[in-house]
Amino acid sequence: MSTRLATGGRLLNRGDVIRFSFNGQTLKGVQGDTLASALLANDQMLVGRSFKYHRPRGIVAAGPEEPNALVNLGSEGAFEPNQRATTTELFEDLTATSQNHWPSLEFDVGAINAKLARFMPAGFYYKMFIHPRPLWKHVYEPFIRQAAGLGKAPKGRDADSYEHFYAHCDVLVVGGGIAGLTAAHAAAQTGARVIVLEQTAHWGGRAPVDGGTVDGLPVDKVVDDLVSALIDMPNVTLRLRTMGAGVYDHGYVLGYERLTDHAPERAGPRHRLWRIRAGHTITATGAIERPLSFAGNDVPGVMLAASVRDYAVNFGVSVGDRTVVVTNNDDAYRTAIALNDAGLTVPAILDARVLPVDSPLMAAAKTAGIRVMMGHGIARVMGSKRVTGVAVCAQAGEGAVLEEIACDAVAMSGGWSPVVHLWSHCGGKLFWDTDFAMFRPDVDKAPLGADGRAFVSPAGAANGHFGLQEILGDAHAMGQGAARATGFKPKNTAAPAGDSIEEAAMAPVWLMPQGAGKALRGKTWLDYQNDVKVSDVQLAAQEGFESVEHAKRYTTLGMATDQGKLSNINGLAILSDALDQPIPQTGTTTFRPPYTPISMGAIGGEARGDVFQPIRRTPMHDWHDENGADWEPVGQWRRPYAYVRSGETVHDAVMRETQNVRENLGLLDASTLGKLVVKGPDAGKFLDMLYTNMMSTLKPGKCRYGLMCDENGFLIDDGVVARIDDQTFLCHTTTGGAERIHAHMEEWLQTEWWDWQVYVANVTEQYAQVAVVGPNARAALEAMGGMDVSKDALGFMEWADGTLGGFDVRAYRISFSGELSYEIAVRASEGQAFWDALMAVGAALGVMPYGTEALHILRAEKGFIMIGDETDGTVIPQDLGLHWALSKKKDDYLGKRAHLRSHMADPNRWKLVGLLTEDGSVLPDGAYAVADGTNANGQRNMQGRVTSSYHSPNLGKGIAMGLVLHGPDRMGEVLAFPGTDGKTYKARIVDPVFYDPDGEKQNV
Amino acid sequence: MSKAVTALGGAVNADGIAAIAEVPLQGMITLRGDLAASAVKAAAQSAAGVAVPGPGQANCTGDSGLCWMSPDELLVLCPYGDVSDHVQRMQDSLGDVHALAVDVSDARASFTVTGPHARDVMAKLAPVDFHPDAFQSGMFRRTRMAQVPVAFWMRDSDSFQIICFRSQARYVFDLLSVAAQNGSAVSIF
Repeated sequence: MSTRLATGGRLLNRGDVIRFSFNGQTLKGVQGDTLASALLANDQMLVGRSFKYHRPRGIVAAGPEEPNALVNLGSEGAFEPNQRATTTELFEDLTATSQNHWPSLEFDVGAINAKLARFMPAGFYYKMFIHPRPLWKHVYEPFIRQAAGLGKAPKGRDADSYEHFYAHCDVLVVGGGIAGLTAAHAAAQTGARVIVLEQTAHWGGRAPVDGGTVDGLPVDKVVDDLVSALIDMPNVTLRLRTMGAGVYDHGYVLGYERLTDHAPERAGPRHRLWRIRAGHTITATGAIERPLSFAGNDVPGVMLAASVRDYAVNFGVSVGDRTVVVTNNDDAYRTAIALNDAGLTVPAILDARVLPVDSPLMAAAKTAGIRVMMGHGIARVMGSKRVTGVAVCAQAGEGAVLEEIACDAVAMSGGWSPVVHLWSHCGGKLFWDTDFAMFRPDVDKAPLGADGRAFVSPAGAANGHFGLQEILGDAHAMGQGAARATGFKPKNTAAPAGDSIEEAAMAPVWLMPQGAGKALRGKTWLDYQNDVKVSDVQLAAQEGFESVEHAKRYTTLGMATDQGKLSNINGLAILSDALDQPIPQTGTTTFRPPYTPISMGAIGGEARGDVFQPIRRTPMHDWHDENGADWEPVGQWRRPYAYVRSGETVHDAVMRETQNVRENLGLLDASTLGKLVVKGPDAGKFLDMLYTNMMSTLKPGKCRYGLMCDENGFLIDDGVVARIDDQTFLCHTTTGGAERIHAHMEEWLQTEWWDWQVYVANVTEQYAQVAVVGPNARAALEAMGGMDVSKDALGFMEWADGTLGGFDVRAYRISFSGELSYEIAVRASEGQAFWDALMAVGAALGVMPYGTEALHILRAEKGFIMIGDETDGTVIPQDLGLHWALSKKKDDYLGKRAHLRSHMADPNRWKLVGLLTEDGSVLPDGAYAVADGTNANGQRNMQGRVTSSYHSPNLGKGIAMGLVLHGPDRMGEVLAFPGTDGKTYKARIVDPVFYDPDGEKQNV
Repeated sequence: MSKAVTALGGAVNADGIAAIAEVPLQGMITLRGDLAASAVKAAAQSAAGVAVPGPGQANCTGDSGLCWMSPDELLVLCPYGDVSDHVQRMQDSLGDVHALAVDVSDARASFTVTGPHARDVMAKLAPVDFHPDAFQSGMFRRTRMAQVPVAFWMRDSDSFQIICFRSQARYVFDLLSVAAQNGSAVSIF
């Protein structure tokens, strides 16, 4: 069993006991524990069930590479699945539950899958569920979706907050082990700005556990000294609990800081996403130990050798009383010696190698009285929910059992793989090192920046160096090199001198024993999380999946949340062997960010709740809100759709407002309409090119409605242009068009007509603009007092500056409703006061504010088009009967040439008409008019569609506009529009101007 | 005029790691023209009383100043009540010189972020290097904060002034308040 040792645990504060719960049971840990070390201290080795076969699974590792110990953490708003116990720091009242089992962790019905394993080979789902086709959608997929996924999706709203942080530095060091700290120190001594990120809560990485000396001092002391020195340097930032998540182009690196995961009671954001621009990045990300592939290597109690050592040294935890060590390298001997030093039993070290001479570590183990069996390995592990022993065999054979050794833990080491993920994210290449049987960075093929120079350097174990001396030398050089690359001048200083025990060469072992038969291979796990075995990868190769990327997807090797940190190299070695090709030829799968999963909250950052997206508000927004506004999003603006009174439906309000405008007086907040000032000697010429109609002939003081097309001839915007003076125009755009049309103007000015003397400024928000509309509009303005707004002084399509009620205003006599109408612009800061004044004088004149829906109905009654309703990016002015707005006098304007294209001039283009239902009902918006026959695809032929449709309270019936084949030539014909409600609507083609066709109401 | 109000009526939030406050109405004039032309320079300088700043720079004292917006654009700051006069005078002095001077005072909202952690708050929202060696008084940036365009400069060593569009004032104020929440100091500057 696993237990807490009486002594040891360099990261623990044993006096500080912490209570936590696992599957409802209250357990005790101490300050400094991870959840994994605390579970092991409580003999909770079994932590979950595997994904496919529901096999019992225990803790394998002590770091971010852990594949098995994934738990549900927290509850309700703090619930989160798939949290790694090995990287979860223990805190008071932590609540964890295990995943992927039913009804309980100890007894799981799904484990029946393991009995069926023979029938669930690689590609099982692809093979099984492809026929018959309909069953997939209705039977298989729902079933698999139910079973899929390790943890449960959170149901509650996330109670925490998150944020981003932009940081800049010359040198970024990812990894706070001895290599990272040494590199950071070397770089920082040049004066460079340095940031160091360490994913754990402690500096030093493996060095304090593995030992050795630096310049004669113990390495753990050297780590402390280095950290102190770096803290004292003003140009250095050190961040613990911050993982380097991804490296991207232009020196962009994401860091993932976990601020309160270990201390949930603290105020402030839970995670912070660091968005770092680094001149040069050093990946000092260390190395990950590989498992060995032998039968039963997934039985709880089989762990990575260095992790077993970590638990003993860092956390004072024994994973078992009797631990068999199995290895192909010297490093695992350190584990045997550490366990022996802790008073635990190591019955044997099974070393797959046969060394001619004992290495120093082997000799030390033997001196300590540990039995070393060279040339041996594990035939199979005994036990199911916990290791009970191992069957020993010759590594060279097929697995004949020579001896059984009782034990409750197995510490395995298959060698080490440098963590090359961040190096590889942005294109750093790897090469295969045959001495260490590992892929390591090829520093001559580094990720290249915009200047063609390397912007990432690996250092230490991440660069394939393992002896302390080599690590320090490499890190020092890389630190200085990074500083030099960012323009600093390192002094010619020597690297610190490291000293560690000399190690004998490792021997690659991809299968144990090397001749393991089918039965053993079918119990030999490569990917613990996704349940991929040696036999699965071999089957994939046999079935023709030769590319490592294909084999990965077929078997799901390395596709789990650990992204194959333990399994990838072993898997591709097996694949290479099956394909009879060298490992480098097989290559690796792609390393993609993030290094380990990061929270969605961190990615979203502050963008939630009130600041999820920027809502644009007019100066009168709060008044609208207080007066019943039913909001409509228009771009990022919010506009009142209608002002709903007590007892009214929204529809009632729309009808009331629409009628009141025609009968009395309506006020519309038109502040959102775009307003662009265009000024310069060439302003007229410029606008003549942008609008389809002539603008340069407009007289100061006058307004003209204009259309804008893009260079393909399609309508993109419309609005009223006012000429302010000889050189100055003010162009109104649609609400959604202000920024877009401003950019459109700037683009033409900056890229094509750069020599035209024109300046443009977007003054949309400078003004609050109120449409004062209805028979009483003039009376209302006269009641305000000030400028002359009479028909003679301010005629239709004229504007004038003046004052109204003491406000400086610009009054435009324009109408989008067909009524007597003024649009009054005032300073935005006075917008609310002006609105209040209009409401006050309007009280006696039947004033009501009206919203966008009433605006739509009023314009539809008059047959005015709306950009976005009658247009959809494929409509040209000719389609809408707007030929009058296409100047024939101008040599050119944007869209003119496009309109000559055959398809644009096609007489069969659908054209704008009015539509009236036979019975006065409202046509469904967007409905299509069907024609006889079918097209080449067997679909009903179409001859038109509805673009706008409303109930008009002023006309007492439904009115609509639509685009219809030869529409204007078919007045009086009745078309059929099938609705989505099963009914077919009949509508007669009519003129689109339904109300006051002679314009008598606006010209008063 | 007393009828004129800022977008948020002088909102403040002093509860977090930096104090957020809406700035009273501020006169602002967009001046576009050839910044090397003496008439343009003279028009700008006479309104603001300071020299034309170089790229990425601002010369601001109190509520007057000049900010470099782009190779052909300056932002002229002046007291709110003086804007109309200044625009008129600039137009008069520019005469036939091709330039555009337009009042944008009411199109904007403005906030200050003040306190020892002001740089932290700013760096959570804008992709700018806020290290004291990199961003100092006299500098000016047009960039974004989270999802909206902004511009800012330093009023003094621990105070930033931000301008944004008026319609986005509430968003920017809320954004700054979130970024200044307690317990969120980054403390790297």
